[in-house]
Amino acid sequence: MSQTNEMSNDIKGFDPKILGFFCHWCCYAAADSAGVARYQYPPNIRTIRVMCTGRLDFRFVLEAFRCGVDGVFTGG
Amino acid sequence: MEAGRSPNIEILTNATLHSVEGKPGAFNALVHQEPRYIDEDKCTACGMCKMYCPRPVADFYNESLAVIHAPRIDYPQAIPSAYYIDPKACLRVNYETCNLCAQTCTAGAIDFSQKPKDVELNVGAVILAPGFGKIDNQVLSRFGYGRFPDVVTSYEIERLTCASGPSEGHVIRLSDGRAPKKIAFLQCVGSRDETCGNGYCSSVCCMYAFKEAAIIKEHEPEVDITFFFMDVRTQGKGFDEARKRAESKYSFRVVRARVPRVEQVDGKLGLVWVDEEGTSRNELFDMVVLSVGLEAPEDAHIISAAAGCELNHYEFAKTSVQNPLTTTRPGIFTAGAFQGPKDVPESVTQASGVAALASELLADARGTRTVTLTYPEEDRTLLEEEPRIGVFVCHCGVNIAGVVDVKAVRDYAATLPNVVLYDDVLYSCSQDALKGIAQKIKNNRLNRVVIAACSPRTHEPLFQDTLKSVGVNPALFEMANVRDQCAWVHAHEPEAATQKSKDLVRMAVAKARLLTPLESQTVGVNPRALVIGGGGAGMTAALSVAEQGYECLIVEKNDVLGGNLARLKWTADGQDAPRILKEMIDRVRKHPKIKVLLGAKLESVSGYVGNFVSTVKVKEKVQTIEHGVILVATGAKEYRPKSYLYGENDRVMTQLELEERLAKGKTSLKNISNVVMIQCVGSRGDDMQHCSRLCCTQAVRNALKVKELKPDANVFVLYRDMRTYGFHEDLYSAARRKGINFIRYDLENRPEVLKNKASGLTVRFFDKLLGDTLDLDADLAVLSVGVEPTDNTGLSKLLKAPLTQDGFFLEAHAKLRPVEVAVDGIYLCGLAHGPKSLDETVAQAKAAAAKAVIPLAKGRVSVTPLVSHVDQGVCIGCGLCESLCPYKAIELVKVDKRKKAQTITASCKGCGICASHCPTLAISMGGFTDEAIFAQIHAFAQQEQEVR
Repeated sequence: MSQTNEMSNDIKGFDPKILGFFCHWCCYAAADSAGVARYQYPPNIRTIRVMCTGRLDFRFVLEAFRCGVDGVFTGG
Repeated sequence: MEAGRSPNIEILTNATLHSVEGKPGAFNALVHQEPRYIDEDKCTACGMCKMYCPRPVADFYNESLAVIHAPRIDYPQAIPSAYYIDPKACLRVNYETCNLCAQTCTAGAIDFSQKPKDVELNVGAVILAPGFGKIDNQVLSRFGYGRFPDVVTSYEIERLTCASGPSEGHVIRLSDGRAPKKIAFLQCVGSRDETCGNGYCSSVCCMYAFKEAAIIKEHEPEVDITFFFMDVRTQGKGFDEARKRAESKYSFRVVRARVPRVEQVDGKLGLVWVDEEGTSRNELFDMVVLSVGLEAPEDAHIISAAAGCELNHYEFAKTSVQNPLTTTRPGIFTAGAFQGPKDVPESVTQASGVAALASELLADARGTRTVTLTYPEEDRTLLEEEPRIGVFVCHCGVNIAGVVDVKAVRDYAATLPNVVLYDDVLYSCSQDALKGIAQKIKNNRLNRVVIAACSPRTHEPLFQDTLKSVGVNPALFEMANVRDQCAWVHAHEPEAATQKSKDLVRMAVAKARLLTPLESQTVGVNPRALVIGGGGAGMTAALSVAEQGYECLIVEKNDVLGGNLARLKWTADGQDAPRILKEMIDRVRKHPKIKVLLGAKLESVSGYVGNFVSTVKVKEKVQTIEHGVILVATGAKEYRPKSYLYGENDRVMTQLELEERLAKGKTSLKNISNVVMIQCVGSRGDDMQHCSRLCCTQAVRNALKVKELKPDANVFVLYRDMRTYGFHEDLYSAARRKGINFIRYDLENRPEVLKNKASGLTVRFFDKLLGDTLDLDADLAVLSVGVEPTDNTGLSKLLKAPLTQDGFFLEAHAKLRPVEVAVDGIYLCGLAHGPKSLDETVAQAKAAAAKAVIPLAKGRVSVTPLVSHVDQGVCIGCGLCESLCPYKAIELVKVDKRKKAQTITASCKGCGICASHCPTLAISMGGFTDEAIFAQIHAFAQQEQEVR
């Protein structure tokens, strides 16, 4: 029980740094639309625009984790 | 914006048309121009003049809800982006006193010596697009406007909800400045109202009311909003779906009633109306919004006299279903709301349509007076220096600055490596701001530019053009999206949004340091069009392309031309549809530039805009066709219901089947005394979700025809909302005058069609007024079955052109690019795009033809430089990239007896699959190199304090 509490406290204080690789044609466009529609979401993500998620080299993902990011988000 | 930047568009403001002499192709137009008193070439839009002007005036752009001064610019994005002086208010103009503004203007732009002048223009065609006028305040005063301060118009709400408007986006009551808790929207004010002379429906108010209400709810979530509708007319593509979403998301209440009476009751507004059950009701509201209709422009008579063309009985331009964009005078065309009330997508479509008409008329003169924009040569010495980065942070009015601390982001940018210039801009996309940015790039010898503003998807080309204008390669540019993906989505977290903006700017700068110039290539265009579909839309489009001077091939799957048009007997304006069809087919058949393939099916499409190669199968024989563009006009079909005894009883028929029967004359109604029509069969949440748009008018027109052939016949129309939008409302009024009965039903209480013993039919429905179920004997039950898309999935895959949820083709942008598909070089018109009437189809087909001719006429298209490049020294010729490429854009070639990969630049879409999989890292992507992306990752990981 106490362990669960500790965990949830951890999660509460957890402010992850997330890196996003967004496809120019779909996910990036969707993220723009989310703005136009004024959807609100947590400000934890920073985005790198690519012309297609096909551009996503596994080295990019590894490098991101090596540099200390908490999560990588890709949408395409 | 684009119009302001085009060297081939000259804008004369404060101008009125006086007369048009001559003939099509050679008109002499006399234009009278009033002075602006400010030289638009010298004005920098700094606003100093308005600060010193002592004369306050009501800001008519903001519906007189704000006070400004005599020198004014209507809104920040106005073109030309220069001030002008309101001559009615200016002391200098009226009394020869003051002159303060002229003394403070450092640009020396203010010039009171300007006089009115007459300009003579030699033109080939004239297009009338004066828009719409406003409903008279006297009409509005019936609903309390002008008498009670909290009765406002939809125009005023539009300004009040605008972030850069008079109340900075807050909806307030004009009486006490407080936020209203309960708002009523009254529809059909000044529309569908013969007592004010406007018997027509304004077409746009239902949808704009929902939009305005949704924006109010976004600003003030606690507000209760009620709409008073006669009919909910959201017949546009995707509108019903958007409306339903808004209704449930914001808990809107919809009351069906005639426009209520409005009274002031203490500090509130009392509304009195009669509901559908016939009960009188009343309720108090804090604010009432009048959804004001669209009227003919105030000076419609002057315009029509000057242009020598006629007006219709509502004083809009007179046109016909067959030629919806042509006025009564040849060579003079019209588009937009002057042609009839309409929304933005349709106005934009019509605007392209008239461009096609003008282009057809002036085809012989093409290119004779065109001005080509030239850019200064690129300054190569710039790149010999270290990166010199300029960062501009945009306020976007309050869109960004209302959340993000723009100045803090700007100052933060100053701390980043290689940034030599940093600035903040109110609206970076406004013409004066772009000029300023260009000047700063030049003066500071910037060789990289970062703009933190909106989305590169919409604004990158604009800013890149600014770079080009001062000799900087457009690839040396990067954007940080701090509006759409930051300020707007973190509206309640200003600190976090500011931090995110800083991070995004840091990442953009990191990438910018590594950007290299890219060369843009152009490829030739095969000047032929392929039109898929030979119905009304396809033939109209083909004729327009051909008249504009380019070859056209129509591929029709059936053995005859005509499509759905062949089943129509008469148009909404009473013209003979078979005659229109015959004329169209004759013209197509005789046109030397049009070829037709009947019984033909498109089998494959490859290539790209300008150079498509397609195969078409005609009776087992496959032909290969080379062409530059594709027009999709594949139509749709009449929906076939499985309900209402359709197909089981020959007294049950569709509207088109009835039309065919009625065309045979009086005998077709022998022994028929009761006709019952049922609307929305298949549409609007039945089998299909969309509204089929044309069936209401079709039903009313057929009902009138029944009455014309047999005046003593009884006609009943069971409907959900009568959507006889625009001038079609006249038919609806006529039908009611002729005694045709209209009875509303709900989706939950659908009518039933039953067989009765007397070999006739019984239609059972629920009557709300009586509160009871009624049975009607019907000799004919006519189903308004709506428009069903054909199975477009195969073609959609062939063309890589996406479909909507309803199965119609999806346009690239509903408002900005309504006839283009997301894939370059593919255009869209007719029922394949969505249900629409014949006049709308004709206008849209013309629009698609106008767009399709652009690459054909230019003769060259530029290929994006964001393509892959293979370093053949590093390539081992493994062929992995070739096998992965989804666009067949990489081939293996022999170089010195070794296999090497090579990009086919024109086919490459820049996706980068090749680059991310190359085992030897031999492939680099233009604008998205490994180095640049790694730099962004590293910049992301850096904390703010770590910089420097």
